[in-house]
Amino acid sequence: MTTDTLTPSSAAAGVDYGITTRDLNLWYAKFQALKGITVNIQKGIITSLIGPSGCGKTTLLRCFNRVNERYGYVTTKGEIKLLGKNIYDEDVSLIELRKSVGMVFQRPNPLPLSVYENVVFGLRIHDDKGLKKSDRDDAVEKALTEVGLWNDLKDRLDEKAITLQLEQQQKLCIARLLPLKPEIILMDEPCSALDVSGTRAIEELMFALKGRYTIVIVTHNMAQARRSSDECIFMLMGELVEHSRTTDLFITPKNRKTAEYIEGRYG
Amino acid sequence: METIETNQPSSSAVLTPATAPKRGRRSAAAVLGERCIEGLIRLCGISAIVFVFAIFFFVFREGAPILFGGGTGGHGVTEPGAAKPSFDLAKFLFTKTWYPTSLNTPRYGIGALIIGTFSVTLLAMVIAVPFGLGAAVFLSEFCGKKVRETLKITIELLAAIPSVVWGFIGLTVMNVVIQKVFKVQVGLNVLNAAILLALMSVPIIVSIGEDALKAVPDSYREAGIAMGCTRWQLVWRVLLPAAKNGLLAAVLLGVGRAVGETMAVLMATGHSVNIPHSIFDSVRTLTATIAAELGETAEGSDHYRVLFLIGILLFTITFIVNLLADFAVKGIRKK
Repeated sequence: MTTDTLTPSSAAAGVDYGITTRDLNLWYAKFQALKGITVNIQKGIITSLIGPSGCGKTTLLRCFNRVNERYGYVTTKGEIKLLGKNIYDEDVSLIELRKSVGMVFQRPNPLPLSVYENVVFGLRIHDDKGLKKSDRDDAVEKALTEVGLWNDLKDRLDEKAITLQLEQQQKLCIARLLPLKPEIILMDEPCSALDVSGTRAIEELMFALKGRYTIVIVTHNMAQARRSSDECIFMLMGELVEHSRTTDLFITPKNRKTAEYIEGRYG
Repeated sequence: METIETNQPSSSAVLTPATAPKRGRRSAAAVLGERCIEGLIRLCGISAIVFVFAIFFFVFREGAPILFGGGTGGHGVTEPGAAKPSFDLAKFLFTKTWYPTSLNTPRYGIGALIIGTFSVTLLAMVIAVPFGLGAAVFLSEFCGKKVRETLKITIELLAAIPSVVWGFIGLTVMNVVIQKVFKVQVGLNVLNAAILLALMSVPIIVSIGEDALKAVPDSYREAGIAMGCTRWQLVWRVLLPAAKNGLLAAVLLGVGRAVGETMAVLMATGHSVNIPHSIFDSVRTLTATIAAELGETAEGSDHYRVLFLIGILLFTITFIVNLLADFAVKGIRKK
């Protein structure tokens, strides 16, 4: 399989790529979780990763900010370029990488601090020196407004973030990424702990953020991938099976395995 | 026996009707035996409460008469006029003259002893808390599995050293070291005892502190790491706030250990009634006073009762400290 067959046809017309990987392999101790992944993810759109449990979609996502490596038994080979820079180069600072690549987790995981402190957390750990209190206040208002929480929470900034509703917590987890102005936002099944209205709210938020940020979302929910992503990547057993525009992938899948999966024959 | 004979050759179909009528009945001995065992287990369960109350009752019974009856002069008090004016609790707590064996006017002021206990405990905590919490953070966040296992075993070993051995070290080793290093006349002082107490409370702080850090959900760590925290920022900004109740409990239990310790401080403080002005002054603690003097007093004498009163005071202090620690731990669960 060459890159051309794996990427949507629109790729030909000199599009910017947010993330490109070349022959990416990853092992958890002896178990190979990713096998030769070569993919180009377009900048500024929403790309979804789908596939049955254990197919490696979350693993792939967690490669993009190298958070996989916190476990000592992970070996990675290959190349991942984020905005043209190989993140496995020796001179790459993990701190800077993670500053420009935000991540949203499956279960909302606001830190056990106040709402305010959660939003400015990134500023505090990265470049707090030159900031005045008013700068921080502005950042909080801007980030919370962007995720649609400002009106609900502007009087509750001192409350503990873990006392919020799950949907608000998840929005807060997105909001805390924004002050750092990330290029890419990775989402690992961000709605699986939320109800229908929470899911809708997060999806609407994704649409609102799209364009300014490159969003990659892992989802178990095929309907969600279908309605909320521009491009879709189907993975199976650690391999990338198909990558195309979401509408194409769901209506005219090229690969038989993809077709069977989206029909619900397995998974 | 009958049931076994009928059951063995039969198939399951026969077995059920054969045993069914027997199910409801058991021999009286078996029922009685089970009751007994149940009762015994229940007794074991509540024994701790019984013992605590029994001890408290005993200590209170020995110490209380002097509170309510004043210096009634038990059989031990031979001197007429000695401590006859009614016992004054404020005087007991806040004056610093401790002359329990004075023939004419025994005075029981434990102010200096209280200050002695607290100065030693405070300094011990100043030393033990950074070390203990630092070690807990290192164990739970920074070191590999092998190092952690080795360290934990070693730290447990530290907890297993008998306190009299610590006292021995204080008396012989630390004494000389302090004299040489700080150029002071007496090496048996607040600093000496505080170092020993610190070493004795570090294992408690480490093991409970590590548990508290381990109990921090991994999702907090992932959140911090994915935001680009350095390891130190992760500890300082995420883990410590998240585990603060557990860490507070660890420190409080360390305090409880230090307040109650007797033998090591008896040997290492210098055991002189004194309000310390520097960490190189000798002091005496509440616990050491009881240990050193109780054997010499006549049962029922004022001196004897005052020592028990000190016991009640210690009991109250450690009870409050433990209670606070308990509340701190409960605080974690509420959130």
